[in-house]
Amino acid sequence: MGMTLAEKILARASGRERVAPDEIVVASIDLAMSHENADLVRKSFLEIGAPRVWDPERIVIILDHRVPAESERTAATHKAIREFVHAQGIRHFYDVGRGGICHQVLAENGHVLPGMVVVGTDSHTTTHGAFGAFATGIGATEMAGVWAEGRLWFKVPATLRILVGGEFAPWVSAKDLILHVIGRLGADGADYRAVEFDGPAVRGMTVASRMVLANLSMEMGAKVAFTPVDDTLLEYLEARTGRTIPDSPDFAPDPDAAYERVIEIDVGREIPEPQVACPHAVDNVKPLSEVRGRPVHQAVVGSCTNGRLEDLEVAAAIVRGRRVHPRTRLLVIPASQQILLEAIRLGYIQALIEAGAMINPPGCGPCVGVHQGILAAGESCISSTNRNFIGRMGSKDSLVYLASPAVVAASAIAGEIAHPEDIVGKEVA
Amino acid sequence: MSEFKLRGRVAACLGDNIDTDVIYPGRFLNITDREKTAEHLFELAYPEIRSRIRPGDFLVAGKNFGCGSSREQATAAIKYAGVGAVIAAGFARIFFRNSINLGLPAVVSPEAAAALVEGDEVEVDLIGGTVMRLNTGEVFRAAPLDPRAAELLAAGGLVPFLKKKYSGQGGSA
Repeated sequence: MGMTLAEKILARASGRERVAPDEIVVASIDLAMSHENADLVRKSFLEIGAPRVWDPERIVIILDHRVPAESERTAATHKAIREFVHAQGIRHFYDVGRGGICHQVLAENGHVLPGMVVVGTDSHTTTHGAFGAFATGIGATEMAGVWAEGRLWFKVPATLRILVGGEFAPWVSAKDLILHVIGRLGADGADYRAVEFDGPAVRGMTVASRMVLANLSMEMGAKVAFTPVDDTLLEYLEARTGRTIPDSPDFAPDPDAAYERVIEIDVGREIPEPQVACPHAVDNVKPLSEVRGRPVHQAVVGSCTNGRLEDLEVAAAIVRGRRVHPRTRLLVIPASQQILLEAIRLGYIQALIEAGAMINPPGCGPCVGVHQGILAAGESCISSTNRNFIGRMGSKDSLVYLASPAVVAASAIAGEIAHPEDIVGKEVA
Repeated sequence: MSEFKLRGRVAACLGDNIDTDVIYPGRFLNITDREKTAEHLFELAYPEIRSRIRPGDFLVAGKNFGCGSSREQATAAIKYAGVGAVIAAGFARIFFRNSINLGLPAVVSPEAAAALVEGDEVEVDLIGGTVMRLNTGEVFRAAPLDPRAAELLAAGGLVPFLKKKYSGQGGSA
């Protein structure tokens, strides 16, 4: 019997020939990422009393949740982190203005490679399964243990395999696919499990779109979520690392691997229109036509889920030459400095600003509900972000709908939840 | 009661998929003093629960408790509000690991989660894997604590556990 990709990576990292679901293994960590909560990690690490971090080259710290500092308390946190990385010789530190959202920064700087074990003090660390890495979120105290020891215990997860075929309908994207899957499996549908996405519709996706699948798999409880390692990915990595990464059977599941469940989806047939996750749960997914026309006070394009160049491109294409509806404001938060720069060069930012959008600095923006677009009681927001829990973006009496960047941009123009076709007509998709 | 046998009263019963934003809102994430996090437990969605918790009380919840963000403050806020254990039909994986690492018992028992009501007096045997409702004598099955988790819990969490290993090595920032 062969192994799934999660099993292969954990076997390699724990020095075993093979592993099987439910076994506990201790794996060496290839990369450990933290953001502002590095300050919590730092405090636990100092309490533990280890003399130095295990390997400063394997630790990456990126400030993104509250950039630039929105309060004196955060400023003190940022300062403590800067002092710590300096004292420990941690070179991979992305300060304000030097990076963006942690997951995007890891990706675009080539920090994550296939076969790695990556842990991050952020639940959306699953994103890096798009690079063939076993990548998962952990808490701050657990990370302090990793900083000291360089290894961590894992229960080997069972794997769900999701095979996606068919042609995407117009205006249906990776975001709509993963919202559909989460709606079908539920918020705990992949709890403790690995997910492998594959099939022609996944292999046809850009790396940015594959990151959407891996990122949002967290919202159905996945421990890790992979998309295939193929030429598209290896070319992406070569461009960012400046070196050739040879493909390897270590980066793919064995053909005879054992799966807990295999799910097949024909994307064209099963997802004929964009999907929307309605308040207050990511698995409360409805087809767009069921919620079309609901008023929208704020529209947000951004986040580790959908703040990449292709997301800004589609939003700019929809709003170009139009105006954001008078009762709505559109906030755009590029996921990184590199993306912002490229979006300026390509004219996306100009089109967005001319339409009446506000451009926020690269970072998590209002997604975590701390700054840059907090909602008042009674307000509704449509957002390309990843969570719509009670109070996530502000008042407990506000509503957040999650959708693709195209639907968010169309809704900003319409002032209500809208299909992109409502704005640009049927001829362009 | 040993460290693996706990007795307490059910302070509140919650539903399925209670997320970490509900447990501990994102706006308070820049509080890094663990004990202070307790002041904001359930602040937006269920602010009344905090005042009902007496030291050693239990929280009961449905499936996938603690889903969402990896924020450890969600676990810390529950622990430092005085909660002795969380009994749930199931836990989201990061919350479960955080509970082990901070020394908060997280008890998986779909049977107990479905049956218990507020005010019940309960005894939990973490090693034996049982939850007993003392007022009726009913016993519900629970997942026995993994030996690794038991070791961490007995030490008071991961920090005290590792501290023992590194004491005497002269740590510094």
